[in-house]
Order: sequence, then structure tokens, then C-alpha cells
Amino acid sequence: MTFCTVETLEQIKARLEAAVPGANLEIIANDSPSVQRSLLADNEYALAIARQLRDDPELRFDYLSNVSGVDWPDCTTTEKVKTRELIEGVEREIERTVEHKRPGFLEAVYHLYSVQLRQGPLILRLRTQDRGEANQVPSLTPIWRGAELQEREAFDLFGIVFDGHPDLRRILMWDGFKDFPMRKDFSEPDDYEYEPTPHDEVLERAKRHGQGAAGKT
Amino acid sequence: MVDEGLRSELQKQGVFTTSLEELYNWGRKNSLWPLGFGLACCAIEMIAASMARFDLARFGSEVFRPSPRQADLMIVAGTVTKKMAPQVVRLYNQMPEPKYVIAMGACAISGGPFKQGYNVLKGIDRYIPVDIHIPGCPPRPEALIHALMALQKKIEQQALTGEARPRHLRPEAPSEFKVPEFGEHDLEPPNNPEVWRPPQMTRPE
Repeated sequence: MTFCTVETLEQIKARLEAAVPGANLEIIANDSPSVQRSLLADNEYALAIARQLRDDPELRFDYLSNVSGVDWPDCTTTEKVKTRELIEGVEREIERTVEHKRPGFLEAVYHLYSVQLRQGPLILRLRTQDRGEANQVPSLTPIWRGAELQEREAFDLFGIVFDGHPDLRRILMWDGFKDFPMRKDFSEPDDYEYEPTPHDEVLERAKRHGQGAAGKT
Repeated sequence: MVDEGLRSELQKQGVFTTSLEELYNWGRKNSLWPLGFGLACCAIEMIAASMARFDLARFGSEVFRPSPRQADLMIVAGTVTKKMAPQVVRLYNQMPEPKYVIAMGACAISGGPFKQGYNVLKGIDRYIPVDIHIPGCPPRPEALIHALMALQKKIEQQALTGEARPRHLRPEAPSEFKVPEFGEHDLEPPNNPEVWRPPQMTRPE
């Protein structure tokens, strides 16, 4: 589906910021071929922004099509920066490697459409502070009822806690389950079974269990 | 045992001879009532097999029972998730002896395409004894019919007395198997060693 909104994302952002005073929105760029940019809302005003997205007569995002979770682990990126510095009395241009540390966080991504105005999708992101204790985002179930089960799924698989959700329980895994299977650092229980053609991770596991590529015991 | 030649000669004269074992097994194999439950897309093929085109009724298995108490055969048709596995084992435990299991499709026999996933059981044979495995994703109704015929052959050959008699005629053999419990990371236990052991591969020197 092509992105067809009456307004550009910048206009929508300005409209929302005017309607919800204090709200801080950010447009997240997308380098992939789809170039589908998204709106990042801060948690404090997320509910008000969502309500505005649904109720504003020019926006009318009345249909929530999808809620997904994204896990962003801690990551360190290196960047080469050219600087001019005085070395032995001579000013030279040198390259320095600068490390950027970005603490990890979890993200809930909402895909919104307007059935009335035939526009969409608008992608709304909410971020948690970190992947540990501060893993809360506000639930948008009060705005779009359809978010209920999908937010439960994101809670189940990613461990995003949705504040204000009417019934936040695990939905796919059982209640006593402790892990979050879709997180990048999830390690599944080690119950290896013979594989005729092991490869990649399975090959590693086969080697740990004393069985190599040729199935040697 | 009656000699085959004599038996066919007698049959020509209008005398039918049989043994109790043969009669009993003949009756059992032609009235296998499956438990009517499906877990995924394989169930659709199972349903198709029972309908008019493939007509499972020709083999006496058209009566899908909604209660495990009335069923002889459990067709595990589809992906067994870890959340569903205890219920499948419990249903099996509730079936009266003699009971048989057909594991239908790649998922039920090994986990299939979801084998490396976090929520799928790597084959129902980890918890209950499986008589017939059908590969395929999903297997065609003919494959299910073939499995049923293979099972019929197996039942036909079961001796009622002696050392080789089947499980339901051995008082000491278990007819119920441990229902796994939901653990913090996996099912507890992850398999039942009485029923299943991890396959070991050894190469000839």
C-alpha cells in the first residue's frame, strides 16, 4: 500500500504539537528502500497524541492495523571524525575514531490507517527507557480497542509493559514462563536433537553436544 | 494354526475357519475410531480424508469421536506447541486401551519447520508412544489412509498371548504417561525418557 496522506508527516507533526501542548515528537528517518518514516512520541503525552490522531477531523486515524515490538540491544557504533589538531607545532588534519554508546531500549510500533479519509499507514513509535526495570510505555488500548491482544503479545514476547492496559497477561506462552523469546538475547533451552544437515547455530549446538557436521559421535 | 492350503480348500467347500485371535484383531482393525481433534493445517487434510472424496469410512474409521473415552486412535494432526502438549498427553491418558497414535505431518513427528522455534514441541513422540509417523507438510489424505492401513496391518499381526503381546495386554505396562508441566523456561521434563531418548548416530568404523 502506498503512503498517501492528505498532509505530510511534517504537517501532521506540527498539527499534533499544536494540539497537545508540551508534546515532543520526533520524525524517525528510514534508510530502507520503502523510505517509510515514522513518528516517535514521548511516553508522557503518547495517550493524548494518540487521541488526537484518532479524533482530529483532518487525521481520523480510526483503524489500528498492527502493533509490533522491536528490541534494540545496547550498541556501540564507531565513527571516524576528521579534526585539525596541533601536533609538534604543525596543524594537521587527523582522523580520530569516536565511539558512540547507545543504551538499549524496547519499542512498540503502531501502524495506523484512516478508513474514513483513506489514508495511511502512519507509523507511531513508543520507546521504553531501557530493557530492564524501566520497560513501560503507555497502553493505547483505551484509544484503539484492537490494540488489546496485540499489546499483550508484545508484552509476552518482548517484555514491554503497557501501563493502563486492561488485562496485561501472557497470551502465547504460559503464565509461569519467565523469558521473553523475541528479545535478541533470548537463549532457548538446550534440548538438542540429531540433525541430518546442521548449519549455523544448529551446527554450533551439534558440536557442543559432540556431533559435528558429518554426524560424528 | 490351520494350514493355509487346508483352509482355502475348506473355504471352497463353504466352511470358514478362523482363530479367535484373528477374528478379534479383524474386528479391532476395521473399527478404529479416531479422536476428533486437530491442531493445525494437517487437520484440514484429516478432515478431507474423512469426507466423501477420500472416504476414510471404507476403512472403518469414519466415526470421529468427540470424547477420548470412546476413541481408539489419536491422530496428532498438526503443530504441537509447548502450551498444547500437556493437553495432548492428557487426552491420550484419558483414552481407554487398546489405543494407538498416528503422528501426522512434519510438525507432529519432529517439530517440522518450527523445530528451531521457542514454542514448538520437537515431536509428540517425546511424551507419548507413537505407532505410525507420517512425513509431509501437510501429508495428503492418501498418506493418512496409507498410515491407517499400516496401522491396520500392525493390529492384524498383534499376538494376543505370549511374549510379543501388545502393551494393553501386559498388566505391568503403563497405559498413562506423565503429563509435562509448564516450567519457567521449558516444559518440565522436556521429554519423557521412558518413551523417548535422543537419537544417537554412530558411524561404522
